[in-house]
Amino acid sequence: MAKVTLDRVRKVYPNGFEALYPCSFDIPDGELIVLVGPSGCGKSTLLRMIAGLEEITEGELSIGDRVVNDIDPANRNIAMVFQNYALYPHMTVANNMGYGLRNRGLPKSEIAAKVREAGEMLNLTELLDRRPSQLSGGQRQRVAMGRAIVRSPDLFLFDEPLSNLDAKLRNQMRVEIRALQRRLKTTSVYVTHDQVEAMTMADRIIVLNAGRIEQMGSPAEIYGAPASTFVASFMGAPPMNLLKGTVNGSGVLLDGGPTITRAAPVGHTGPVTVGIRPEDIELSDDGDLPFDVDIVEELGANRLMHGHLGGQPFSVSVNKDMHAATGQIKLALKPAAVHFFDTEEGRRL
Amino acid sequence: MKRTAFSNPWLPILLLVPQLSIIAVFFYWPAGYAIQSSFYLQDPFGFGSTFVGLENYTDLASSTNYLDSLKFTVLFTIIVTFLSLGIALLLAVKADKVLRGARTYRTLLMWVYAIAPPVAGLMGVMLFDQSRGNLTQLFRSLGWDYTLGVNYWDTAIAMISVSVWKQIPVNFIFFLSGLQAIPRSVREAALIDNPSGMRRFWDITFPLLAPTGFFLLIINITYALFDTFGIIDTIVKGEPGNNPMTLVYRVFVDGFRGGDLGGSSAQSVVLMVLVLVLTIVQFRFLERRIHYT
Repeated sequence: MAKVTLDRVRKVYPNGFEALYPCSFDIPDGELIVLVGPSGCGKSTLLRMIAGLEEITEGELSIGDRVVNDIDPANRNIAMVFQNYALYPHMTVANNMGYGLRNRGLPKSEIAAKVREAGEMLNLTELLDRRPSQLSGGQRQRVAMGRAIVRSPDLFLFDEPLSNLDAKLRNQMRVEIRALQRRLKTTSVYVTHDQVEAMTMADRIIVLNAGRIEQMGSPAEIYGAPASTFVASFMGAPPMNLLKGTVNGSGVLLDGGPTITRAAPVGHTGPVTVGIRPEDIELSDDGDLPFDVDIVEELGANRLMHGHLGGQPFSVSVNKDMHAATGQIKLALKPAAVHFFDTEEGRRL
Repeated sequence: MKRTAFSNPWLPILLLVPQLSIIAVFFYWPAGYAIQSSFYLQDPFGFGSTFVGLENYTDLASSTNYLDSLKFTVLFTIIVTFLSLGIALLLAVKADKVLRGARTYRTLLMWVYAIAPPVAGLMGVMLFDQSRGNLTQLFRSLGWDYTLGVNYWDTAIAMISVSVWKQIPVNFIFFLSGLQAIPRSVREAALIDNPSGMRRFWDITFPLLAPTGFFLLIINITYALFDTFGIIDTIVKGEPGNNPMTLVYRVFVDGFRGGDLGGSSAQSVVLMVLVLVLTIVQFRFLERRIHYT
């Protein structure tokens, strides 16, 4: 267990591509931090730099009290779970899990005990003598977890570990990994492009975009107060509605007609981007926003209405008890749930 | 495997006829003829033959020349296979790590593959030539009186070196592609599990290369046994005298230089049996054990 510190860590590839702009943050001991972002945003590069699989161009990385920039991956006392599991195909499950320990010179009996213990924790006891090719995807995933656990590392690194599993198994493993991490209290970095995974698993989320940190915070902070339009549209499904408009006194005149009253950014004039979460809207006959519903999506627990608000695309999520049909309806906003972003850089106002 | 049903039972046979007739004409017929003539003593001038039963075979077993060739062939095969596999693996592992100019470097290493065996043999002869050979001169300057074609082992060294040199590129290409077929994440997992590069190679990379390695082992044994004919021929020029030769080359020398077609046929049959055994060993015993998925 250890705290991880990144101090202006930067990655530039030999061809000049800046995969990661200098970034600094701390991961407190025992915390699970999720790096989330679209593909190519630098999240995997960052994880691989922490693992030591990728060289750090500039800056300083410490695990515990040790600067590990020049330390081999095997000597960083970390464990990594790969997207495609990366099990050794020629070794049994037990040997796969014990291989790292064997290289540390642990006595055989101790290795066997640790492997058995991890096997029990992950329901792998029956499978210890099998080869990876004889296991299902979920079982392989467990073995990969087991291989990480037996080492009792300072730091777990997860590189999209669930993306090769089917949806049901993914939900189950998500809960299991989280529970396991809570129990072991091992500092963890978890990379995913799936915002649901990020929201459900993280103590803290770091949203990355094009090699830069967009926002860092708890899932509630990220969801409740996105720092930019990028975060607003990336986190949350369906994403936050983003409407173009102009500040007009104590309200905002939306492009295409309707005006949002009772909500305006403080100390800002001119063009603005208005962000509204689909679930933060009420259907109300005396509402002041006309909404043309084109399509209704049935999701079971709720319904999604997609359409236009003054010509701009807009979505509303309503409870399953509410009646939803196509055609024009009226919407009412909660002023507290309206977000404002500047139009140039998309920063929160 | 997908099974296809033919409505006309003669159609599949008809489709197979071209291939089967080629095999029949170029393999079964000569093979059958070799087996047949191995039981006869041929008149050297082609005026007839006498049935001698197994005499050609028993003669082989008691021929010191033949047994000497057999011993040399075994030794030759082991050394050529071991060296060409070993050196190629080393080169492949190193080439795999090259980042800059990797393509050029690999192409350079593969070039030798394009050289025909007799040309390779000829180059070997020139390098090892008794008076002018560059290597011969080098050996002389080091105080070693190297004489190709006179000293048995000196000739053997030339044969082995040229054969190994010729085979390395093939092995290199296969090993390199085998190495690159190992998933990057598996190597990275090993990188996290084991600090020692040498141990990682023997624990992870080498076992994962085993299928490639085994395939190459069979290919190399076959190469050393049979395909080195051209190289040996260029070095000993059809008149081996006291120089070493492999079994395949002896078939040629005894049959076409010595005129003993019966004995030569018996030798071919022995080689055929050897190939058969090798094939069975390959498919029955070894191949199953080294595939993991």
